[in-house]
Parts: sequence; structure tokens; C-alpha cells
Amino acid sequence: MPETVLAARRRSATVLWMGRNWALLFLLLEVAFFSILGSRFQSLENLQNIFVACLPVLILGMGQTFVIITGGIDLSVGFVMGFGAVICAKFMVILQAAGLPPSASIPLAAVICLVVGVIPGFVNGTLVARLKVPPFLATFGMYGIAYGVSEIVSENTPISGLPALAGVIGNEYIFYIIPRKLFSFLVRPGNASPEDMRAMLSIIPTIVAIAFIFVIVFAFILRRTRFGQHTYAIGGNMDAATRSGINVPRHLTWVYVISSCFASLSGIMYALKYVTGRADAGSARMLDSVVAVVIGGASLYGGTGNVKGTIVGALIIATLETGMVNLGVPSHNRYIAIGMILVLAVLIDQFFPELVGKGE
Amino acid sequence: MAEAMLELSGLTKRFGGLTAVDHVDLQIHAGEVVGLVGDNGAGKSTLIKMISGVYHPDEGTIQFHGKEVKMGSPIDALHLGIETLYQDLALAENLNVYSNIFLGREKTKPFLGFIQVLDHDTMHVEASKVLKRLEIEIPSLKSQIKNLSGGQRQAVAISRSIYWNAKLLIMDEPTAALGVAEQRKVLDLVRLLRSQNIPVIVISHQMYDIFSVTDRLVVMRRGKKAAERITKETTPDEVVGLITGSEEVERKAGTGS
Repeated sequence: MPETVLAARRRSATVLWMGRNWALLFLLLEVAFFSILGSRFQSLENLQNIFVACLPVLILGMGQTFVIITGGIDLSVGFVMGFGAVICAKFMVILQAAGLPPSASIPLAAVICLVVGVIPGFVNGTLVARLKVPPFLATFGMYGIAYGVSEIVSENTPISGLPALAGVIGNEYIFYIIPRKLFSFLVRPGNASPEDMRAMLSIIPTIVAIAFIFVIVFAFILRRTRFGQHTYAIGGNMDAATRSGINVPRHLTWVYVISSCFASLSGIMYALKYVTGRADAGSARMLDSVVAVVIGGASLYGGTGNVKGTIVGALIIATLETGMVNLGVPSHNRYIAIGMILVLAVLIDQFFPELVGKGE
Repeated sequence: MAEAMLELSGLTKRFGGLTAVDHVDLQIHAGEVVGLVGDNGAGKSTLIKMISGVYHPDEGTIQFHGKEVKMGSPIDALHLGIETLYQDLALAENLNVYSNIFLGREKTKPFLGFIQVLDHDTMHVEASKVLKRLEIEIPSLKSQIKNLSGGQRQAVAISRSIYWNAKLLIMDEPTAALGVAEQRKVLDLVRLLRSQNIPVIVISHQMYDIFSVTDRLVVMRRGKKAAERITKETTPDEVVGLITGSEEVERKAGTGS
């Protein structure tokens, strides 16, 4: 084959790769942009802050990924997250008052929160899968209900009086390293000298590690198991899925339950990080979660999308937020920027359908 | 003649005041291709839907392998081995060829000892075996259905039925959306199924298809079985006449001259 043909073919393959991975390239450009303009943007501390900042979007986006692949949407995640934060905080306070030590009350409250978190998803799933309510409307109803119930539970004020250990879990790191002197696991060294404290490296925020486990497990489920395969099949052709003997209503119900449990998990993380629970904890995050999934290559028509894409999408949003704070840009501008990125992603989906991330 | 594989007797379906299928008797034997023809609204689809478990007959019986069967849902029909390919083929376009063949019945293997994960290799190998048996060529079994042609999709849908041991295949307008070369391939596939002793019921409006592939023709008109012919002993003109209901008149005119 002539050299020129080979070269042209290689070039077009590169272009295709760039098109398919435009979100990843966009993220790298974003990081480069803020690194050049910002101050200490590329520091270890700041990069870890980006990971912390991306957690709510990523965790809500995980559930949203499953829902969007089936061709649905879950608009309730933001307020279900608030509901989760309120329930988790409330139970930490109640269990503490009942005399449980923090080491028991915190995990127990988190488990209760996840169990209660099944309810909104079960209702959403039943409405969508069995009563044929359009996902947009069913979850929009839950959006209001979850908010209202959270306000009742929290009596319209942020819940306070949580065990102090909650804040430790929510804000500390897995490893602390003072170069050439100390390596500590989970425990922040208390008695180090001021110059040692300045030199100390804090590595991997605890809540990032917790979130990472959930992300890995559900990425595995989506990619490697029959459950994941059926999720894609339902989004690709619901009729075909039904006729192949897949129990579509039951599967869809599970998908909405997964989404609301991830929303509750995000609520738990909010309670740990801010040591409070409030009904509006995730109110701004619903849009972000949809944006992250769509940037990640999922089509709102269903059938495509994957966790890798959602992670990139969440990082794009978090980098933008962190970078804007770093540059001192007023925070309301982030809504404009995120809205524009969403429109860009949808336009790419519309005009270059061959570039959209394929279902695995 | 050997015992019929499928035997319908007095099958009737009413929708309100309309009798969509009116006391139809029909026998299908192993290894034969039967064409079901008739005008729109003649009751072909309703008849098929009763055989595939979508509708329940109001009267009459369905016998499969000599036993009376009552199907509550299409899944029941699938379990019996009655597979129906509708025009839309029911493939998930976002999944690849072998994933569609195994959809809902995926092969799995253990991972870390306790988790069952998809066994892509086994599915790939098994799928290529069934495609080979049906002499179907698809470049890559990892291509998504949306990148395949209409004929290839039809072939995938047929392979799925065959892999899962279809004992009777019903095809609704199998060549309707295809180009000429692809139509021929699908018809070849139908002949191949016959040679492997799998009976096929083909619904079609295309006289060419019907005459090139079927052994026997059943004509439906206004819900009733209007006629049954051995394909070799009839002509397209006669069949068109039977479909429209003008055949008796013509015949009288013919004998008169």
C-alpha cells in the first residue's frame, strides 16, 4: 500500500480517536488552562480538592448513568441526596442520644440512610416501569416530594449536633506522610513541629476512597454482568428485551433504586463532610449529574454511556468549579459554563452520532 | 402423511363485533415452508399472534407435536420452540451480534469464584458456530447491529431462533425492507431451514417470494381460510384471484368459454 494512503488512514484514525475522546481532551485542556492562569493549581492539595469536589456529581452521576442508559432520566437525585443527608444526620444525632459511641452510630446511621434510600427509587421505578409514567414526570414528582419530606424531617433547619468523628471521616485523609520522617495511616499526626506540618503530604481523602469502591463495584456490574448487559439492552430496544424474556419492569425498578441509593450515598458523604444535614444539600447537583453523564458520551435516547465517561464528565465540572474559585471568578458563572458544556455535548451527540461512546 | 407438527382446528378470534379469524384449520409438517397470504385485514397477523402466544383464541385448539397447548404469553410459545420474527426483528441495535443472539440467556462464567460475569468468548464461539451452520457471513460478530444491513439483521434474528432450538419459525414479511440481493439471501436461508427439517410459516405480500420458497400456500380472506394450494400446482394469477375473491368468478368465466 502506498505510504500516503497509510498515513492518511493513520491520520483519520487519530481524528476519530480525538472525536471519541473529546471529553478527555477537553478535561486536559481545562487542567492546562487553569494551571497556566491559576496559582498553585497543579499542587497535590488542589488536585485532591478536585477529586473531593467531583464527588457529589460523580456519585449522583453513577446512578444517573444506569438510568440514562435505559433511556430514562432521574430528576429526583438532587433532593433525594438532601433527603439522604437529612436522614443520615438525624439518625446520627438520635443514635448518639441513645448512647451509642460514634464508631457505631455513624455506620449504623449510614446503613439506615441507604435502606431508607431505597424508597424513592422503588416509587420512581414502579411509576416508570409498571404504571408507564414517563421518567421525566415520575422523578419530577419525587423531586418535590423528597424535598418536602426532608424539610419536615429537618424541621426546616440544618441538623446539627452530629458526632465529631463524622467530620474526621469526612475531611481527613487515608495517608499522612512527612518526608523522611513519618508515615501514618488514617491518623493525622498531632504532635509534629510546625515545619513538619507544612511539609506533610496528605494523600487520598477518605471519602474519595469510599466513593472509589462504590464506583468500581458498579462500573464492574455495568460492564461485566448480565445485569449491565440487560441495562444496555433495555435502552437499545425495550421491546426486544421483553421478548428475550428479560423482566423489564423488575429490572427498571432496580435501576431507579440504584440511582436513589447513590443519591443517598452522596447525602451520607455530605453529612460526613459538612457535619450537618440539610434538605437542599444537593439541590444544584441534579443538573450537574445529567451533564456529567451526557458529556461522558451517553445519549438521552438510551442505549449508550459508561462509567468511564461519567467520571470524565464529573471531573470536567469539578475542575471548572475549582479553577474558577482559584482564579477568583464569581461562582454563578459556573452555571453558565456548565450549561454551555451541556449544549456542546448534546450538539456533538446530534451531529456526530458515530462519535458517541458505544455500549459495551 | 406423518403427524402434523402444528395443528390448528377451528381457531377463532373476535375483537368486539369483528371476527378477525373465523374457524381456521391448518396443519404444518416438519420441513415444509408454508406461505400465508391475504389482503390487509384478512386475519393473517391475528392468526400468527395466536400461534405465538400474543392472543388467546376464543374458540378452537392449537396442537403442537400432537398435544394441545394453551399459551398464556409469548414466553410460553418460546419455551415450546415456536419463534416469531416480526418485521422489526426485536434486536437491540446498540449491542453486538453475539450479544443479541444470547440476549436474555447470556452465558456466564465465575469471576473470583463467586461472581458470575458475561462469558464473551463462549458466546462469540457459539454464535459463530450457528452462523456457520446457516451459511451466514457477517464480517465481525463484535459489530453492533446498527452497523449491519437489513439482510444481515434478518440473519442474526434467524440465527438466534435457531440457536435456541426453534422447532417452528414464523416470519412476518421477512423481505419487506430489503434490497434485491439481500432478499435472495433471506430466501436461501429459508430453504436451508427447510433442508434442516425446521418448518417455516412465511407471511408475505411478495408473490415472487411466495412462489420461490414455499411448498404450500394458505390464502386468508375476511378471517376465513379461503383456499389452500400446493405451490407447484398453482399460479400467481390464481393466488391473486383467491386473495381478492375474484377467482371463483373468473373460473366460471373460464369454463364458459
